[in-house]
Amino acid sequence: MSTVKLTINGKAVTAEVEDRTLLVHLLRDQLGLTGTHVGCDTSQCGACVVHIDGRAVKSCTTLAVQASGATVTTIEGIAKGDELHPMQAAFRDNHGLQCGYCTPGMIMSAIDIVHRYGGNLDEDTVRAELEGNICRCTGYHNIVKSVLDAAGRMKVAAAAE
Amino acid sequence: MHETTYHRASSVDEAATLYAKGSEARYLAGGHTLLPVMKQRLASPSDLIDIAKIKDLVGIEATGDTLTIKAATPYFDIATSATVKSAIPALAYLISLVGDPAVRHRGTIGGSIANNDPAADSPAALLALDATVKTNKRSIKAGDFFKGLFTTALDDGELITAVSFPIPAKAAYAKFPHPASRFALTGVFVAKTKTGDVRVAVTGASQGGVMRMPAIEAALKANWSASAIDGVTVSDQGLMDDLHGTSAYRANLIKVMAQRAVTAAG
Repeated sequence: MSTVKLTINGKAVTAEVEDRTLLVHLLRDQLGLTGTHVGCDTSQCGACVVHIDGRAVKSCTTLAVQASGATVTTIEGIAKGDELHPMQAAFRDNHGLQCGYCTPGMIMSAIDIVHRYGGNLDEDTVRAELEGNICRCTGYHNIVKSVLDAAGRMKVAAAAE
Repeated sequence: MHETTYHRASSVDEAATLYAKGSEARYLAGGHTLLPVMKQRLASPSDLIDIAKIKDLVGIEATGDTLTIKAATPYFDIATSATVKSAIPALAYLISLVGDPAVRHRGTIGGSIANNDPAADSPAALLALDATVKTNKRSIKAGDFFKGLFTTALDDGELITAVSFPIPAKAAYAKFPHPASRFALTGVFVAKTKTGDVRVAVTGASQGGVMRMPAIEAALKANWSASAIDGVTVSDQGLMDDLHGTSAYRANLIKVMAQRAVTAAG
């Protein structure tokens, strides 16, 4: 067993975990943050994507102990109170989800993409960058539309701050 | 995943000491090969020695004719590095094709070559560029480092610290990725050194892992152009043959990818 100390969604968290515990299991089973999903459990589908120190990472392929000391952001940590994050709002407005299972990972990856590319995003780039997130419902069309829409909204939001 | 004991090392020496204390220890960097293998219970190390936070193992520098990438540098930092893009753009491109963005945020070049997966991209770059693998004990030329399927020249407990690449005159990588796994069904790295030597390395095709292609190298040395490869016969002997592609298909891909790489190198 090890003691891990992390900052999760802005809050300091200390937890006792087995050394083999995956970050996604710490989040879901011990901390009740069940927005992060386990899809394939083989680092392919991206349903488990969270941000560690600002970078999109597959939490099913990261040990909780590896993340000790880091700042973690999950899908629960991106809205401001009742106000959805611009990426969440864009997914809602563009019908970017159907069953919703992949959506938390899609949104966390998509925010990372917009952070990395800023306003220089086009459809081809979004499709290529979403390679590690699999959706079985939508055919990706509205997901891509949502990300492009959100990229514009995030630019406006950043300019306003 | 079986139980294991995690240690975070703060120096190369400490990592080696911790490794020696474990009954069946493994070094852990990004963990993007080791952890999936542990989840399948194909590996069950007694101890994991995390080397990702060792400052001496992360970084990129170019001096004179050499580009050095330290072992625990994540793929993302390599693919987006202005230093790598300027020194060996083909290497930055190759790394940008590994896995997906989230995988590239964690996976490392040292981890990839230590594993020596027969369909991994990095070994092709090391072999074609005649790179040198630096460890905590010695320096090993890429040609002596890769010893076949998932096998390297590393001794038990030996830790890769960096990879040094001689900067070539020209180089390019062409990859035919498996559409689901993104591993190379066949990838070919071509390089022309500043002294005019030509080296061609192929990943994803051979049952023995990454390999050089002497016939293509000779053809390109005589005439650096895609058409020079037209007359080369690539045998399917020893090539992988599975549900993703027959050995004959891969033999053809070697030729086609080599031609595309030469065209890209210009």
